[in-house]
Amino acid sequence: MEKKKKRLVIRTIILAVLVLAIGYTVYGTATKDKVELIAVGSKAPDFTLVDLNGEKHKLSDYKGQGVFLNFWGTWCKPCEKEMPAMDRQYKVFKDQGVQTLAVNIAQTDFEVQNFVDRYELTFPVVIDKTKSVMTAYNVGNLPATLLIDPDGKVAKIITGEMTEAKIASYMELVKPK
Amino acid sequence: MENIICACGHSNPYGTKLCEKCGRPLTEEGKQTKVVDMRYDGTAIRSKTYNTTFVDKIWNFFSSVKVGIALIIITLVAASIGTILPQAIYVNAPEPSKAEYYEKVYGVLGKLYNNLGLSHLYNTWWFQILVGMLAISIIVASLDRGLPLHKSLKNQRVKRHESFMKRQRIIAEGQVPNADETLDKVEQKMSELKYRVRRDGSALLAERGRFARYGPYINHVGLIIFLTGVMLRLVPGFYVDETIWIREGETRAIPGMDGYFIKNNKFILETHGEKQQGGEASQGVNVMAKNYQTDITLYKQPEGALPGDSDNLEKLRDYSIRVNHPLKENGFALYQMNYRLNELRQMNFNLVNKASEESQGQIEIDLTNPKKQYDLGDGSSVQILVYTPDFDGFENGEPQTKTSIPNNPAFLFRMTTPETPEGEVSFVEIRKPPLEPLGENKYRMKFAGAEMRNSSNFTIRKDSTIPILFVGGVIFMIGVVIGSYWNHRRLWLQVDPDGRVLMAAHVNKNMFSMKKDLDSVTTFAGLPPYRDQLDKPEDDNKSAKPGTKEKEGDNTL
Repeated sequence: MEKKKKRLVIRTIILAVLVLAIGYTVYGTATKDKVELIAVGSKAPDFTLVDLNGEKHKLSDYKGQGVFLNFWGTWCKPCEKEMPAMDRQYKVFKDQGVQTLAVNIAQTDFEVQNFVDRYELTFPVVIDKTKSVMTAYNVGNLPATLLIDPDGKVAKIITGEMTEAKIASYMELVKPK
Repeated sequence: MENIICACGHSNPYGTKLCEKCGRPLTEEGKQTKVVDMRYDGTAIRSKTYNTTFVDKIWNFFSSVKVGIALIIITLVAASIGTILPQAIYVNAPEPSKAEYYEKVYGVLGKLYNNLGLSHLYNTWWFQILVGMLAISIIVASLDRGLPLHKSLKNQRVKRHESFMKRQRIIAEGQVPNADETLDKVEQKMSELKYRVRRDGSALLAERGRFARYGPYINHVGLIIFLTGVMLRLVPGFYVDETIWIREGETRAIPGMDGYFIKNNKFILETHGEKQQGGEASQGVNVMAKNYQTDITLYKQPEGALPGDSDNLEKLRDYSIRVNHPLKENGFALYQMNYRLNELRQMNFNLVNKASEESQGQIEIDLTNPKKQYDLGDGSSVQILVYTPDFDGFENGEPQTKTSIPNNPAFLFRMTTPETPEGEVSFVEIRKPPLEPLGENKYRMKFAGAEMRNSSNFTIRKDSTIPILFVGGVIFMIGVVIGSYWNHRRLWLQVDPDGRVLMAAHVNKNMFSMKKDLDSVTTFAGLPPYRDQLDKPEDDNKSAKPGTKEKEGDNTL
């Protein structure tokens, strides 16, 4: 009887391992071509970038606060549209512990400054000159927005344009309790 | 599922064909045949023994050789269907128009082929499950047969029962004058022939090339390692295939290589001769390229630096990436894949008086870092109000840009001169007359040349699975060679004290080699002549009969 049990266990383990390996292969192939940002619930990769005023912004410095991290470019129409709404909500939530950080993808200081001046944006705008933060976050299409909770974990990922109501609800989501 | 008790008293697992201890046939079938089936040395194939639980049923399904062969055939047929038309990844058409490509080039068949998903056959879930099932079949079937065979070969008894020996293909019976002398002589000769000889009283077992029996199993291990290597490509970190565009003068983080940065110093394109050859030109072929080369500098972030922090990059080295000369670093390789020539990098304009065509000076706008204001001295200056790298019309009076690439740069200038101290506004688009939105201007910005730069496209590759694939392939081949070129030969001999001799021999393939050994030992030790039980008495000299061959082929495992 002992022997029989042992045999059943060994067979079950071997088959389970093999089935898992096949499942992983099929799943991995199916999702290989999709551009995915980093996983929700994982730790947001730390980074440091310089804003237009020459000030350094390090993500981990905002620990304890929620972070609304937005990747954008001046040529991207939906990015442009949501910027004024983001700025209004930034003003509402900044005193409640939600920081907004807009990461421009490798454009010139001139263009970014011009854009910021035109829309009178007040939140910090940093430029990812070497695209290394973009690479670390695996950002493909713009705009891409990540909500980072006070523990530094990714709470939500939004690709595409957001309405002002949505922006407000997302900031609410990562507000420190 | 009870054990079978042999006449010798040994308890064998259910399904055993030949007693593990003495070798007596245990099945009715076995008792009736003249020559026993020596496959797996008569051990019980494990799966055949138990069939109670669900897991056992699955196990038994995969353990079946018939199922295994069916899987091999289905996989082969499926894989060959994938070669009828080229797979989508090798089709030379942009991603969205690949479906049209199949229809256009291969007609209805092509459309059907693509619609059925056969153009991505090797990435389909069903093909991968098929290969996976084949892997399960190989593993389960090998475990079920290999382990009992190994156990049986390891625990071989020297003394076997007569009924076992008499059912071997080669047997000899007779009398010798001196029992001990015969045994000694056989031992001496067989040792000379590089057999391992064991003796137990009046019995002797000489064995050679036992490892040949493991060939198929070694081969299967290699195959499984190979498949594992292929699977590992999907595990992050094992396989990287990324791409990057980088312009001259730019420094970029390398995708897939955390912490590494690359700077494009210069792209060089050399061609064979300046002019197109007549034939080439008429065929629409461009001048032949002699060399594509990108001079780069590789940087690495200091340990612990964060993404975005490119202040203290450590220079690793300079390198010229050429076709077939990739940059290699830390298991990664960067290949020169493509290039784009002549992207605007700098534009020069003269501030000129429209009436007199007299220049107030020239400004040089670095498109990678335009300045807000350019001072020309003598009270003249030019201010850039708006810069759009890829101008795409106006929206609500604002110039729009389509991309961030300077394909079609446009500027809104404010020109100030002593003559026009309050400034004049002009919108300048490349190759178009300037727009003057605030009324007629006295001055204009006259295009005075540009500087270009080139871009390089690299592919970043890393494949850590290659050593695994290599090891798997080598083990696979070792298994094939062992199984093909070596054979397992055994000779059992029993000489009773009264001189009665019983000899039997078995070889898993290549009976000729066995018979050669038998001939020499028979002569040397004066043993009675042996006979091949599969040879019919009337044609003793013709051993290769169809029936014989079949039997031989069966015994390789």
